[in-house]
Parts: sequence; structure tokens; C-alpha cells
Amino acid sequence: MSKTMLEVRGLTTKYITRFREDVYAVDHVSLSIEEGKSLGIAGESGCGKSTLALSLMGYYFAPLHYQSGDIIIDGKNISGMDPDDVRKSILGTEIAYIPQAAMNALNPTRRIRKFVEDVILAHDPKADRKQISEMAEARFAELGLPPDVLDKHPVELSGGMKQRTVIAISTILKPKVLIADEPSSALDVTSQKMVIKMLRDLMEKGYIRAMIFITHELPLLYNVTDDIMVMYAGQIVERGTAKEMVFDPVHPYSRGLMHSIIVPEKGTRGHKLAAIPGTPPNLKNPPQGCRFADRCKYVVPQCRYNSIPMIEFDDSRGYRCGHSVQHLREVYQHDDE
Amino acid sequence: MTTNECDVNTDSYLRPKRLEDIDKRPLCLSGKGVTKVFGTGAKQTKAVDHVDFEFHEGELVSIVGESGSGKTTLSKMLLGLLSISEGEISFQGKPRDISTRRKKQEYWKGIQAIFQDPFSSFNVFSKIDTVLLDCINMCGGRHLPKAKKVEMMTEACCFVNLKYAELTNKYPFELSGGQMQRLMIARIFLLKPKILLADEPTSMIDACSRATILDMLLHLRDEIGMTIIFITHDIGLSYYISDSVYIMEHGKFVEHGSADEVILSPKAAYTKRLISDVPKIYEPWDLSTV
Repeated sequence: MSKTMLEVRGLTTKYITRFREDVYAVDHVSLSIEEGKSLGIAGESGCGKSTLALSLMGYYFAPLHYQSGDIIIDGKNISGMDPDDVRKSILGTEIAYIPQAAMNALNPTRRIRKFVEDVILAHDPKADRKQISEMAEARFAELGLPPDVLDKHPVELSGGMKQRTVIAISTILKPKVLIADEPSSALDVTSQKMVIKMLRDLMEKGYIRAMIFITHELPLLYNVTDDIMVMYAGQIVERGTAKEMVFDPVHPYSRGLMHSIIVPEKGTRGHKLAAIPGTPPNLKNPPQGCRFADRCKYVVPQCRYNSIPMIEFDDSRGYRCGHSVQHLREVYQHDDE
Repeated sequence: MTTNECDVNTDSYLRPKRLEDIDKRPLCLSGKGVTKVFGTGAKQTKAVDHVDFEFHEGELVSIVGESGSGKTTLSKMLLGLLSISEGEISFQGKPRDISTRRKKQEYWKGIQAIFQDPFSSFNVFSKIDTVLLDCINMCGGRHLPKAKKVEMMTEACCFVNLKYAELTNKYPFELSGGQMQRLMIARIFLLKPKILLADEPTSMIDACSRATILDMLLHLRDEIGMTIIFITHDIGLSYYISDSVYIMEHGKFVEHGSADEVILSPKAAYTKRLISDVPKIYEPWDLSTV
């Protein structure tokens, strides 16, 4: 039994709007990642993926507010901490974050070496600059970045190179958990592959010990992560291993997502590309029952009234739907025929 | 949008079939030795380098390449937004003439585009019905009675699964990215151009709304017989949707043919590399070859 690196129990965070309305963007999310494992989070735009990422790293600046739940990183509970304390003691060393737009993450007027110095000096003001430089050079070389990158300005780097530089900088202090929020969606396939290779290298060399990967590209998640969780309207609707989730999704929404996969392979022939009609519910006043009910093909009246808990099945999997697993599987089989 | 009184049947497509008679159809847009040179002297770069292409009527062609391969430069030349350094483009069998503003406007009635970023494709000061009304006026519907115009706009909105009644008093920025991109397709539906040039229309939208957009493009092809030029870096997408595929590397077409030929048995090394770089589901994805 390996060690649990990150455990989240019933995390709820909310946005408070101008009109004092509460919008629960992350609603009772629980997850756990063991050492050396990676977890993928999938879902469409606006389902709360990025808010979950911000909440996990304790980044509670208005309008985002912490409501309840625990976030435990390697035995240390960081939930409810002051965001400034989190910045000083947690970010970078315990948990690190890679944003989607690497271009906006780097100040265009400074050299890359300066960013590395900033990160290290912020945590250890007495660190020696020469040592930092040597360490940065060694780390960059190990991760396959050319040595001259350190002396360049961000604008001189290509998109893929910038993203890889951001990854190298954010993991320089060996964080325990890395949260990658759509790190490759703005890149073309070749750069994307390099980014993924780098993340895998980091994992293998032990610079990070667990990873959360957020994206809406399912083929990518399938190849990168061990487990996948599907998020819908602030809730986790299904979780399982990558293989189970792609080839045997149970929740109607996950199944819908899996049907939007497009890959250039023979297997796609005859594969039906089906869009899920409609839009997600407004989280200002979420539906009382199942949040997916309005868009679900298999909806029955009681879906709209009973709130649905996460139901465990097949050892490690879980789903949130009013129908039984067996019923859903029969319905899907019937549909495929 | 929980209940749609006029649903597009989004279920109907398996992998779309390649039209059999496509090679025999008349040419809609073709080019010979099309070249674009940027800069002068030593700094000269050939963004597009002597490319030949033939797009048939009602065909869905995709142009695939990485960032910087010249896809967007080529698309701008096709649209007449950039001048051509060398070579010739023919539109419906005749050499294209866009020397004057009037001739250009005439040409744009035949070719329209959807761009990558839906947020910057609309005039932020005009409401949605103005956007749609402009399209009707532009293609000769200026003198139609108001009721007829509203009917046309409702039909266009239905086609893209939006509700006209909810949109009339809204501004484009009040919609989500996917909805805006669909509104863009509603414009195309009203204008009914011969050619639609879609420059990465789905790269800023999530995978789920992407399916909807692709279905709509296919409907446009099948119902109106529009030629669609689909520019993308996602080779999986091009395999799914297109009749023919052109692969572009450093301003040149390295390979072209039907989607099955190009994707399932690629000949050029570049195509092979592109395909191997895409994350796979049924085959292992080799990370060691970076």
C-alpha cells in the first residue's frame, strides 16, 4: 500500500457574485491520489475544472471563497489557510501549478534565469545566486531544454518551449503534487508530445510525486494518467481507471464525452460521433435532482427530484446516477445495436 | 436550451462517407504555383511555396499542418485578404479577378470564412439580429418584408440549434464560445456562399461542442452542397470529417489524396510523424520518438 499524496474530502468552494449570490463551482468533491500516480480530470468548459485546480492549491482570492472540506497534502491539512500563508509555505514546495497560457505567465521583460531565482529566493532568501544558476542549468539540461534558454527572454521562445520552461520553473523546488491545467491545449501535436514527455520524465525522476492533469482532450488523458474523473456542473459524476473510463463509461455524461473522441485510427471507422445536446445548468440555482437530467437521454421523472450521491461499484469506481450500473449497461448495449 | 422545438438531428452521422463521384465534379477553386513571399532580400521567407490544389464542388477538403507551416497564409490568399506573389487562383473555372473593390465584394459573395477565435469575429457594438440582418441584406434580401426576414433568421438559428427569440436583444459577447461559433455558422447558412473556409473553427472550443460544430459543417455540405475548406492542425479531426486531405509542411503540400489514403497509409515522412504524435486510443502511443 503506497502513501497517499493528496487527499481531498468534500471540498466545496464558491464564487460570490456582485449581487451576493453564491455560485458553488466546486461542490463536495472528494479525491485521493497515491504516490507516483496521476489523476486526470475531464469535462466541458465551465464545469469547474479550473476552479477545482485553484481551490486545491489554496488560491482563495475574491470572488473565490472557501466553504468547507479538507485538502490534505502528504499528511498536512492546508484547507482554510490564509492565501498569503499558502503562497509562502505551500506553493512551489508542496503543490505547484501550470497554467494553460504560458505566454501570459512570464513577464516579457525578464530573462528566464531571473524567474528561477525568484522562485527559489521567495522560499529561501539566503540562497546563493551562483548555486541557483548551477542548479537551474543542471535541471534544465536533465529535462532536455537547451542550455541557452536560461539567458533568453520569454518572447524569444516558441509556444511549446515556453510551456516547457514554465513547467521546469514551477517544479524547480520538487513539489509533491503538480496540477497541470490544460498545459497543452494551445499547442500543436508535436509540442504537446514534448510537454507530455517532460511531465512523464518529471514523474519518473521523482521531481514530482503525484500529478493532476486537467483537460478536455480525452485521448490525451487516456495516455497520460492512471485514473480519470469526469466533472459536470461542479460535481464529480464518475471516476475510474483510464481504461475503464474510455472503454466502459457508466454515467450517461461520461459516455457522451467518450463519444466525442476523434482519433486518426482504423478503430474510429463506424464510431459514432455524438454531441450532447443543450448546455450545462446555471450554477446560481442548480437543479434539485441530478444536474445532468435536462440533457440526459435516459432521464426518468425521479431523476429531477432525488439528489443523487456518489455510488461505489467494482472496487474503485464510482458514479453519480439514479440508474443502476446493470440497467445502464443494458441500455447502452441496446443503443449500440 | 433544454427543449428545442427544431432540433438538428445530431445523431445521424457515423463517420461521414466520402462522396464517390467527387473527382468528376467540376472544380470550384483551384490554384497553380501559388506562392507568398514575405520580406525582401536576405530576409525573404517563402510562407507558401508553389502549391497546386484542386477543390471540387461539394467537397470537404482539409489542410493539415503544424503551427508555422503556412496554413493561415494560404487561407488568407484564398480569401483575397493577402495578395499573391506568384501563381494563379481560379474560381469556378475562371481566373479569379479581385483587382477592384467591387470585384472583391463580388468574390466574397462566393467565399466566406469562419475563424478560430469566435470572440473577435463579431462587431461588439451590433446586436445579434443586426449581424444576421446584415447577412440577409448583403445577399440581396434588402427589399423583403420584415416577417420574411425574421422567418429566415429563425430558420438559420434553428439550423445551428440556437433560439432566435432568446438572441434578438443580446450582444455577441453574452454568448459562450461554442454558441458564438454556431452563430457564425448561422451567418454562413444565410449567406449560402459557394465556398466556406473554416480556419481552425473548433480549436478554442471543448471536445463536446466540437462534435456539434462538425455535424453542422457536414449538414452544410450535404444540404447546400457547399465546398468546405477545413484548416486544422488536428489530424484526427481531418480524418473524421474530410473527403480529401492536403498535408502542408513549410509552405509546401507534401501529400494529398482521400482521407483514407493519406491517414491510414501515409507516404510522406512528415505525415507519418504527425500521425504518430497524436495521442491514440486503440494503439500504443510512442513517447520515445520526440
